Amino acid sequence: MDLAYFLQQLINGITLGSVYGLIAIGYTMVYGIIGMINFAHGDIFMVGAFVALISFIIFALTSIALPIVLLLTLLIAMVFTACYGWTVEKLAYKPLRKSFRLAPLISALGMSIVLQNYVQAAQGARIKTLQPVIQGGFTFMEDTGFTVSLSYLQIFIVLVTIFLMAIFTILITRTALGRAQRACEQDRTMTALMGINVDRTISITFIIGSSLASVAGMMFVMYYGVIDFYIGFLAGIKAFTAAVLGGIGSIPGAMLGGLLIGLIEVFWSGYISIEYKDIAAFTVLVVVLIFFPTGFLGKPDIEKV
Amino acid sequence: MRKNFLKFSVKDSLFTGLIALALFGPIVGLRTVAKNEILIVQPKWLIVILIVAVCAIGRFLINLYVFKRDQKLGNQSTIGKSIGNFLDTKGTQIAISAIIFSVIFPFLPFTDRYLMDIAIMMLTYIMLGWGLNIVIGLAGLLDLGYVAFYAVGAYSYALFAIHFGWSFWICLPLAGIFAAMFGVLLGFPVLRLRGDYLAIVTLAFGEMIRILLLNWYELTKGPDGLTGIPRPSFFGLPFKSFPDEGEQTFHTFFGLEYNPMQRIIFLYYLILVLALITNLFTIKIRKLPIGRAWEALREDEIACKSLGVNPRNTKLTAFAIGAMFGGFAGSFFATRQAFISPESFTFIESAIIVAIVVLGGMGSQTGVVLSTVFLIGLIEVFRDFESYRMIAFGGAMVLIMIFRPRGILATRKPTIILNNKD
Repeated sequence: MDLAYFLQQLINGITLGSVYGLIAIGYTMVYGIIGMINFAHGDIFMVGAFVALISFIIFALTSIALPIVLLLTLLIAMVFTACYGWTVEKLAYKPLRKSFRLAPLISALGMSIVLQNYVQAAQGARIKTLQPVIQGGFTFMEDTGFTVSLSYLQIFIVLVTIFLMAIFTILITRTALGRAQRACEQDRTMTALMGINVDRTISITFIIGSSLASVAGMMFVMYYGVIDFYIGFLAGIKAFTAAVLGGIGSIPGAMLGGLLIGLIEVFWSGYISIEYKDIAAFTVLVVVLIFFPTGFLGKPDIEKV
Repeated sequence: MRKNFLKFSVKDSLFTGLIALALFGPIVGLRTVAKNEILIVQPKWLIVILIVAVCAIGRFLINLYVFKRDQKLGNQSTIGKSIGNFLDTKGTQIAISAIIFSVIFPFLPFTDRYLMDIAIMMLTYIMLGWGLNIVIGLAGLLDLGYVAFYAVGAYSYALFAIHFGWSFWICLPLAGIFAAMFGVLLGFPVLRLRGDYLAIVTLAFGEMIRILLLNWYELTKGPDGLTGIPRPSFFGLPFKSFPDEGEQTFHTFFGLEYNPMQRIIFLYYLILVLALITNLFTIKIRKLPIGRAWEALREDEIACKSLGVNPRNTKLTAFAIGAMFGGFAGSFFATRQAFISPESFTFIESAIIVAIVVLGGMGSQTGVVLSTVFLIGLIEVFRDFESYRMIAFGGAMVLIMIFRPRGILATRKPTIILNNKD
């Protein structure tokens, strides 16, 4: 019973952690390259969830096979949400590159309010419920009194996350784009002198971050089946916590942090208290920032005069 | 050249239109509606076409008329500057006339219940803005969880008043002290953090307090909220139409007819006085060593450290004093509403207060008043367009950061000037 319960929480935690990890990558990349907390990133995730929801509803009217529906929805959500990420960067952050330190953060706060209320105005304030897209799964350990279930959906979520992470790691470590990004992280002026279009590299960073967030949004709407315009706020803070926990600026760190936050949240609500499950993530955030600000895989941030 | 430019403009606006289509197509054009508990999609193409056309044509016109000329977009800043200069030279007269106006406001012929309610609300926000201005404007610490102190003030006032039956004038300072203690408690561990990390952690604290209020049912009654919070009395004289046996009320004591407006007017003056105290305190403390240390710390923390200013204690005082005024405002809120619930202390309240301080120009006391009147006025006028007004609100934050990053009144006067010849 105990082992079965633990195993079930572990499965749920890894699934949730994948979602957080995908959002956290967007935070960590943007922080790495321009040193700002993209506060609107959680709301980009929310927009991604809505695009995926709309796409699922439309495909439900057709008779396309499920794998193709999933693939198409994934692509649609990524493309449309990437447009949001790109536009937000162009409108709200690019003019502020040379402004004082807190200006982009306040601008991002404004953008987050805009996105939330825009979706509320366009799609209504009611919660949206999606019928399960992938059903069924495995069950095991039935004899112990507590059945552990591993749904196909959970397998799908984890597999897609691993797949995207693999592609993404190759992109960052092996391609010219990845080199340009890493160069921008270190010194933007020097990178520009080397003939790299810094503005474009930053734009692409936002596009990649947003499309990964939209994948997370799609998985969120499939996993929980319920979304509203406000989901981005909490998910955003938790994913940011994940990014900090893993070491902000580090991409493997973001994934690791996401997994940890997912596990902490699930185990907290499974063993301690479900009402205070959001406090778990906040506590981790506060504790990590105070005692452990570089995270697991981050570089220490040295202040120079 | 000219022809090339035109070609470029057309291309550019077509691209803008395409992006607009991608942005608004799915979210605006395909509205999901629940029908028989199943979601269906309602197409709304007309409005999408309209938005896309506006974006494309707007972009084209901007290309033709704004970017064509080489001059920079410099006009916006001169407006703010001239307002700033005007307020600098005529500052005292304007402040005095504004105070006189707010003192006689309740007795003006056109003032009714509705206007009084808005005025009280604005003054509450002005007070919160002034309180937060100490933290953001003077000490330069971006606090996104200020509403937590507002909530602590409101709840501690309500709990003291309900359970112990203490009067408003005892509970008010207690609530302030409580909020300040919370400020120290929350501030102590986090103040070492840099600007944006601090902002996120304060936000997390704000949310934690709200979740705590929501779930600690025995103490706070959770989402039901606290009801029956005692109304304030005029130095022991309550505002009641029917006094109990042998009890003196406000209107019997002064020999007046009973009128419910008396209580509203009293509340108005109460918050006016509280707000002015906050302002006076800020103006005075700016000239004291601690106030100077705050501003120095805001400008350069490393230089301050090397000059022997203890950054932690200095920041902590700013945090605690800001929290204390938040607590005062919270207890006023509780006594005015007579009902509080965690619903009133969401993150959006924090965002509104931050926006007030930032839009007004961080550190500018007059700016807080101007932006409160503007923002709360805006919110009040567009009361029926809930989400549209918040879109405008968030958009205003972005625009101000782009065009006036130091706020509307950005002419920040140095607090101290060396007495040199020029």
